[in-house]
Amino acid sequence: MAEVTGIKEIIKPENLAYKRTRIMTDNVLSYCPGCGHGTTHRILAEVIDEEGLQSEAIGVSPVGCSVLLYHYIDIDWQEAAHGRAPAVATGIKRLLPDKFVFTYQGDGDLAAIGTAETIHTCNRGENILIIFINNGIYGMTGGQMAPTTLPGMRSSTSPYGRDVKVMGNPLKITDIIATLPGTYYVTRQSVHTPANVRKTKKAMLKAARYQKLNKGTCFIEIVSNCPSGWKMTPVQSNKWMEENMLKYYPLGDLKVPPEETVQNANNPEKK
Amino acid sequence: MEKELRLMKGNEAIAEAAIRAGADGYFGYPITPQSEILEYLMEANPSRTTGMVVLQAESEIAAINMVYGGAACGKKVMTSSSSPGISLKQEGITYIAGAELPCLIVNVVRGGPGLGTIQPAQSDYFQATKGGGHGDYHLIVLAPASVQEMADFVDLSFELAFKYRNPVMILSDGAIGQMMEKVWLAPQKERSKTYPEWATTGKPPERERNIITSLDLDPYAQEQFNKKLVAKYNEIREKEVRYEEFQCDDAEYLFVAYGTSARVCQKSVQLARAQGIKAGLLRPITLFPYPSVRIGSLAEKVRIILSVEMSAGQMVEDVMLSVNGKVPVFHFGRMGGIVTTPDEVVDYLKSKIIGG
Repeated sequence: MAEVTGIKEIIKPENLAYKRTRIMTDNVLSYCPGCGHGTTHRILAEVIDEEGLQSEAIGVSPVGCSVLLYHYIDIDWQEAAHGRAPAVATGIKRLLPDKFVFTYQGDGDLAAIGTAETIHTCNRGENILIIFINNGIYGMTGGQMAPTTLPGMRSSTSPYGRDVKVMGNPLKITDIIATLPGTYYVTRQSVHTPANVRKTKKAMLKAARYQKLNKGTCFIEIVSNCPSGWKMTPVQSNKWMEENMLKYYPLGDLKVPPEETVQNANNPEKK
Repeated sequence: MEKELRLMKGNEAIAEAAIRAGADGYFGYPITPQSEILEYLMEANPSRTTGMVVLQAESEIAAINMVYGGAACGKKVMTSSSSPGISLKQEGITYIAGAELPCLIVNVVRGGPGLGTIQPAQSDYFQATKGGGHGDYHLIVLAPASVQEMADFVDLSFELAFKYRNPVMILSDGAIGQMMEKVWLAPQKERSKTYPEWATTGKPPERERNIITSLDLDPYAQEQFNKKLVAKYNEIREKEVRYEEFQCDDAEYLFVAYGTSARVCQKSVQLARAQGIKAGLLRPITLFPYPSVRIGSLAEKVRIILSVEMSAGQMVEDVMLSVNGKVPVFHFGRMGGIVTTPDEVVDYLKSKIIGG
């Protein structure tokens, strides 16, 4: 184990591989080592900054591990009750239609307690971005079963594994969302490799631009890990995620905007 | 624009008054006996005139959270419902109180518990005045007794809500919501073009980011916040008590009643006085803050106090606290959606109190 005193010697300007994202605050992230939230926050902050949206953005943070998200990105924030972020965002966007409005929610928040708010916000085609972190577990409360917990997967409330006959099946809510006419762009991404990070950023950039054009709801699921909740090392958790989570929740676009389909047909290499 | 005289239902008056008060948004869900508020607003379609947003939500829960989002942007927003729907809104209401957001919530009360009845009742007094949701908080609660007050209290509610950064409830009932009376409507106000400094409107470079939350994980900081709320409620208790007196000067028997029951008791006072019984009525207009000081001083002049409410006896507890044992306090009222009659009140006074 590295000596703590050695860390200060390592953190020197000449050793820094990249700069801190401008609009990330100096607050220390509350996440466990290896968790995907930090990476996703950074992507979100980069997109807001690069698109010049800092003064336009109003974010809605959820109840869950990312409840304190408002400490980490330097924009205006509202903290919603558990599951209610899409309704809160609806209120914001309806009254301030020119602002960039988004929610950031976990699987328990979005796909269990907030299912009605999620479905109806998307069904109305509210012109907002919903970022959905799916790690198949309730992280903040200590690793309980989530609506997205895989069959047979252990958690503190499914200690013998999720028995789908008793506990129901994992909910592929993003697949449902993609069927709703109100949604414009629905995609499932991850942030566990540099290539996936780039794809997620691209998806977020698109969603930010679609919102400016009033296209309807954009929905980005990010399949992520939970090393603490899954009781694995960060490396193990990413491997387990690839082998198990991504089989059930395959990555890729679930709903592509119509003009992009046309555009891609004209430029096959872009696909 | 001049004031305008119209014949309207109480529910319609609230809706029209909201447009005229320059409200920015209404988010609602249908429930009897208040659906006319949403219907009226949809038909009036103020998005074309004042720019007011009107949206039918998928549930009362969603509606109150839309109110949270809009209120946190510094906008004048409101919702309305009736008892079972107000229960559903309680989660959102406590978050709104905890985040110190101004808004208006209208409860056109019907009988309960549970699905209860669609007829008028006053059985949500505890819920309205003692908090309703979890945690230490209060709403400012206004109790209209006429269609005129349904209209007038909308603008007053927004004024109080923004003055104290606190949610305000208009606690009406199915009788006042449904009955038609003449009402003077205020001239159209312009919607505000400015925002409070705490509002989340997108962070310009020159200011710190605004965060609207009711969360504080540090218990010492949370306690400081709780103390701040207590100080605010005490200031409201000191400055915002409103009530009306009817023939209290020489009264020996004092009725205390609000809303529909106050209308009934006004007649009861006349009936009692025609029989030589010197009755009077104190009508609380604000239920929080409660006119405790005035009731306490009247208790030194009267023989007894009779609290009349369409409930099993809820406000009577506040009357007793105000009276603090100085004189006997009684409760009378019908329940289940039955409106008490003036004669019933007088009969109760004569048979159970004076003769009892």
